[in-house]
Amino acid sequence: MSSQRCTDIEENLEEDLADTLPDNSTSLTDVELSRRSFVKAAGILTAAAATGIPHLAAAQDGHAADATTPHTMTLSLKVNGTPHSLTLDTRTSLLDALREHLELTGSKKGCDHGQCGACTVLLDGRRVNSCLTLAVTANGAEITTIEGLANGDTLHPVQAAFLEHDGFQCGYCTPGQICSAVALLKEHKHNTLSTVSFETGNTTNPELTDNEIRERMSGNICRCGAYPNIVAAVRAAAKGVSA
Amino acid sequence: MNPFNYQRATAPEEAVHAVSARGAKFLGGGTNLVDLMRYNVEHPTTLIDVTHLNFTQITTSNDSTLIGAGVRNSDLANHETIRTNYPLLSQALLSGASPQLRNMATTGGNLLQRTRCYYFMDTAFPACNKRNPGSGCAAIKGFNRIHAILGASEQCIATNPSDMNVALAALNATIHVQGPKGKRTIAVADFHRLPGTTPQLDTNLQPDELITAVELPAPKFAKHSYYLKVRDRQSYAFALVSVAAGLEISSKTIQSAGLALGGVAHKPWHSLEAEKFLVGTVVSPDAFRKAADLALAGAKPYEHNAFKVELAKQSIVRALTLAAQGV
Repeated sequence: MSSQRCTDIEENLEEDLADTLPDNSTSLTDVELSRRSFVKAAGILTAAAATGIPHLAAAQDGHAADATTPHTMTLSLKVNGTPHSLTLDTRTSLLDALREHLELTGSKKGCDHGQCGACTVLLDGRRVNSCLTLAVTANGAEITTIEGLANGDTLHPVQAAFLEHDGFQCGYCTPGQICSAVALLKEHKHNTLSTVSFETGNTTNPELTDNEIRERMSGNICRCGAYPNIVAAVRAAAKGVSA
Repeated sequence: MNPFNYQRATAPEEAVHAVSARGAKFLGGGTNLVDLMRYNVEHPTTLIDVTHLNFTQITTSNDSTLIGAGVRNSDLANHETIRTNYPLLSQALLSGASPQLRNMATTGGNLLQRTRCYYFMDTAFPACNKRNPGSGCAAIKGFNRIHAILGASEQCIATNPSDMNVALAALNATIHVQGPKGKRTIAVADFHRLPGTTPQLDTNLQPDELITAVELPAPKFAKHSYYLKVRDRQSYAFALVSVAAGLEISSKTIQSAGLALGGVAHKPWHSLEAEKFLVGTVVSPDAFRKAADLALAGAKPYEHNAFKVELAKQSIVRALTLAAQGV
């Protein structure tokens, strides 16, 4: 990243921060910065750092010559039933498209490397890590996020089960856990297998035991360790009883 | 991540032509390539998305089964033909990654998965012959607990991380590829390379060649196979050691055998010596131990991975035992 671009980002950040200040305030201490604005601003700094370092490294490796101009593409996504047209840098992940461009911040960024599952969404009905999905590859796809599961004020049965069984502590991994569990139940209805099915010899029509649930939910990490309650929630949802 | 052009290929010829441009790479599910781009290990200037090519079918004819390169790992693992005739492949696939990643990852992409060597994946380490040829190998004298014990070189001790590839080796699969000069096939044993003096090359696929399909020969191990994966946690982790074992048994005598190891070498380690020994022997713990000793005869561990030698032997005995039992 050039120093010019760093400066641009700093200026944008100052503008963003300024937007959060009442006209007559003179310093940040005069106002209560909203959490959302702060997170947004901090995110810009983080993004600057995250893109800045690879750019420097790329320049050292001699890859910078034809690799400095962003490429943009216009794509269409149907998210939670609503069609959107977006023009995005091709580097944008589906997760960032949802969070930063469509303001659907339910899907979370945990590791950004496909290792934690916090970003799990349904793409054409299948659970995927939206952090490793380039938004351009999802052009034309239908996406369901945590925001799209409930029917108005009626929670999706898996959401209700997570509430009933206290399937979380801090809640950061929960949208991914729930989207993953929704897909799990659908996959199980379609008679899919897991390694546990092979280990237990149930490779025809495996029952959704706790061990099957654990294995099938293993792509979603919970730092708080709410796993027993997550398993209970998925078990209850599978049986069609959330309460 | 560096900026890049993105294009969707609609025909294999178009894809092969497009990838000949400097800095262009094929994009499958992206679970490995996009990750490595984010780490700045890979920096393609053009991505050619090949997931919209018509390579998503699994067909069987003349006893062999052809798997399109674009078939997603989860679909492959759960396909009726694969579950019934090649359960070893289903089990191996389902041992890898997570349900989300398996929904994304493609058959062709899995074949091209790159190593999880920490020194390769972290550009803060200057020495990595695979990432930067000639820069040295930080793993040989570094923290090499997850590294190779078979077939390594002074230039690289990285391992191939795939589970699918191990099963494909034991099943004697054939890789179908298409390039500017036309189509050819490569036996899976010849597809992945040992590091030698060119560890930057994982496979013998040419840069402008596209994987179109994977062919499985007539099934022999449908009744007796097992994929055993040993790792630091029970799920969602790469193998320290894995074993793909397939047996064809008649009257307790082994008629044919498939045995390959994962997590121990730069390529799926297909043990022809052990297979040759097993054929004609009666199923017994002694025979399996002998096969394990043969498979690990050339093992050369490094400072932190000597445990893998015995682990691999024990794992072979267990995988063969479970395969013989049938599940």
